Order: sequence, then structure tokens, then C-alpha cells
Amino acid sequence: MWPRRHVLSGGEEAVESKEVTSSVHGDVAPVSHSMRLRRVGQVMILFIGTAALWFIYRSLEPFAQWVTYSILAIPAGRHLASAVEFFVYEAPKVLMLLTVVVFGVGIVRSFFTPERTRRILAGRREAAGNVLASLLGVVTPFCSCSAVPLFIGFVTTGVPLGVTFSFLISAPMVNEVALVLLFGLFGWKVAAIYLGTGLAIAMTAGWIIGRLKLERWVEDWVLQTPAGTASALGEAGMTWAERIRRGRDAVKDIVGKVWPYLLGGIAVGAGIHGYVPQNFMAAIMGKGAWWSVPLAVVIGVPMYSNAAGIIPVVQALLGKGAALGTVLAFMMSVIGLSLPEMIILRKVLKVPLIATFAGVVALGILVVGYVFNMVM
Amino acid sequence: MKIQILGTGCAKCKTLTAHAEKAVQELALEAEIEKVTAIQDIMKFQILMTPGLVIDGQVKAAGRVPSTEEIKRMLVAPGGK
Repeated sequence: MWPRRHVLSGGEEAVESKEVTSSVHGDVAPVSHSMRLRRVGQVMILFIGTAALWFIYRSLEPFAQWVTYSILAIPAGRHLASAVEFFVYEAPKVLMLLTVVVFGVGIVRSFFTPERTRRILAGRREAAGNVLASLLGVVTPFCSCSAVPLFIGFVTTGVPLGVTFSFLISAPMVNEVALVLLFGLFGWKVAAIYLGTGLAIAMTAGWIIGRLKLERWVEDWVLQTPAGTASALGEAGMTWAERIRRGRDAVKDIVGKVWPYLLGGIAVGAGIHGYVPQNFMAAIMGKGAWWSVPLAVVIGVPMYSNAAGIIPVVQALLGKGAALGTVLAFMMSVIGLSLPEMIILRKVLKVPLIATFAGVVALGILVVGYVFNMVM
Repeated sequence: MKIQILGTGCAKCKTLTAHAEKAVQELALEAEIEKVTAIQDIMKFQILMTPGLVIDGQVKAAGRVPSTEEIKRMLVAPGGK
């Protein structure tokens, strides 16, 4: 075992101890003068950074036109021009938006650990539990590779099966990245529709699964797992420095991972934007085509992409006359129902329960698609 | 000293293993690093999110990948964060 270092032992330890204290500065309780200075510095960086981002955002449109028509000298009115302009404008805009949001969400999520969510949900009755689980699914950090431990941890501590499913449906489907991208690209109405319908599907699908009493289709060993106790991690007493670090980690982690998908999605979107004739999509994805909604779901489920990759495509499709309900159904089935997640869940659920889960959610998405095509 | 990495083999678990190995190496510690991949065994640690980092039987982090520096701090200060 490595001997424990004594920070203030002085002498030969001094150099080493400096390194230790500086690396844990976030946890030191008394606010020293230099720390206050640093905090002021951080706030200034935040302000200047925000101003800079705003400035870049405002100058993106002229910049995209300049690149397209002056630098690349593509004659206006050509397909290529409109595709290139779309890409040069959207790519930095969406990346900036994503970075800011992921940072904010990383901080928000440091308040909502899955352990805390579980504590809130344990022993809840259905209905109220379904509503709560769906809402918490939005803010609790979740990744589909953690679906199994999460499922076991929830079910064994007395969170009802249907309530657990409400959480498992809402967590991937109502995705904060999607929400903000929709807000940024289409305005608050579409974002609100997405949030509202996503939550509604998670609540009702979870409630239905609860009503169906499908507990026997959970693998037997799951229920024999010893009940989880309170978290072993003291995550509650996090300092702000630590929360900000979580935000930064989230940016590194999520933006670092999705940016190629995002650029790919925007490139596809740019292609659609430039080359697909106006209202071309109206015929195959428009309101008139009744079969377009189920088709969108059937195509969407096996597709696995994250929200960041799919939304630029969605935007381009909408611009070419595809109906909102159809596009929404497509997007939800791509990000909400994924094949890899179901394969992972097979470890804890028997096939009939997985099938019911996928079926109920797909049905919910269909209903949302049709309802929107009807009312909008 | 025993370090266990809990995870069914996703990308994050591999990153965490690499960070832990580097931390041990940089501190020149005598430590055994074990990967726990069976879900039944992972659940014995009662975590809700993978990957998990366990040092001498104690869960130090779950659902995220601590940096090499952070793992080093966990290793030199048992009981601390």
C-alpha cells in the first residue's frame, strides 16, 4: 500500500504536496483570496465565452453565404450551392448548441443520480408512479448499456415493473439533446410536442405493462438478486467545482462521441436540402399517405442512431414537405426503440415481455404519428 | 490492493480499465486489476450504472469514467473521494 501523503508536512514533501493540494482544490473548504480570484476569473470566462458564442452564432449566416458564393464561387441557384450553404451554416450552429446544452445537462444531472431516482420511485403506486418515472427519466443520466443493472436495481428495491418501464422508455426517448436540437431548429412548439408526446407514451406504455401483470416474464435470477441498499457513493454532497467538472466531462464524452454522427446527419440533410425537389416528400411522407406512419416506424426501429445524428435529417425531410407526425414517429422509433437495447434487455427479460414492451411503445409512436398528421 | 472494473464490455468500461491501469502504473502500486463482466457478479456490488470502479471492495464510482488523475487520488487516499 502506498503511504498516505501528508499535505502539510513541509520540507521535502513540499513540492509533492503542492501538486496534491492543487489537484483537489475543489474540495478545500475555506475560500482563500486566490480562490476567490479564480472564481471571478471563471465567471468572466463564462461571460466572455457566452458573448463570443452569440457573436459567432449571429455571423454564421453571412459566413455560410460568403463561403459558398465567394470562396467556393458556386453560382447561386445550383443544387450544390444550396447544399453547401446549408452544411456550412448548420454544422457549426448545431455543434455549438449541442456543446452548450450538454454542458448544462451534465450539471443538472449531477443533482439527479439514478440512486436518488430509485429512492423516489420505490414503493410508488402505479399511475402516479408512472408519471413520476417518466419525468425522472428525462433528467436522470442514462445510457442503454446500463439498462440491465438499472432494471435489476429498480425491480429488486420495490419499484413496480410498469413504473420501471416508464422510466426505461422515457430515458432514451425523451432525450435532452433531441429536445434542444428541436428547439433550436424548429422552435419551441415542435420541442414541446416532442416532450409532451414522448412523456405520454412513456406513462401509458408503462401503465399498460404494469396492468398486464407480466412479472412472470422477468428472468428468475433477477428477483433473487439481493435487494439494493442505499448508494455506496456519497454523490449528494458534491461541490460546484465538481458539478462543473461533470458538465465538462459530459461535453467531452457526448460531444466527443456524437460529432461524427452529427456531421454525417447534417451532410445527409444538406443533400436532401439541395437535391431533393420541393414537396417531393409530400407524396411519400405527407399527410395523404396513410401508410407512411407505420412505414416510418418499421424503418426506424432497427435503425440505431442517436438524436444528434437523426435530427438534421428530420429537419431536411420536414423542409421538403414530409408531415410532422410521420417525421416525429420516425425519429422516436429510431432513438426510443433500439435493437441493441432489446438484445441487452434479453439478459433480464424473457422474449414475451420484450415483445410486449416493443409492441406497446411502437403502438404509442404510431398513435402520436397519426394524431399529429390529423391535427396539424 | 485490488481494483475491480465492473462492466459488461461497453466502450466506457474499456476506457475505465485503461485509466485504472495507467493510474496504478504512474503511482508504481502493487495492485491487481480484475474485470467483472458477468451481470450477476456486477449486481453484487449493487450499482445502477456501469461502468463501476471498485477499490478493495468499495464502490468508488458508477456510471461514469473518472480520469486517471481522479483514480490516482482515490488510490492514495483510501476512504476519500
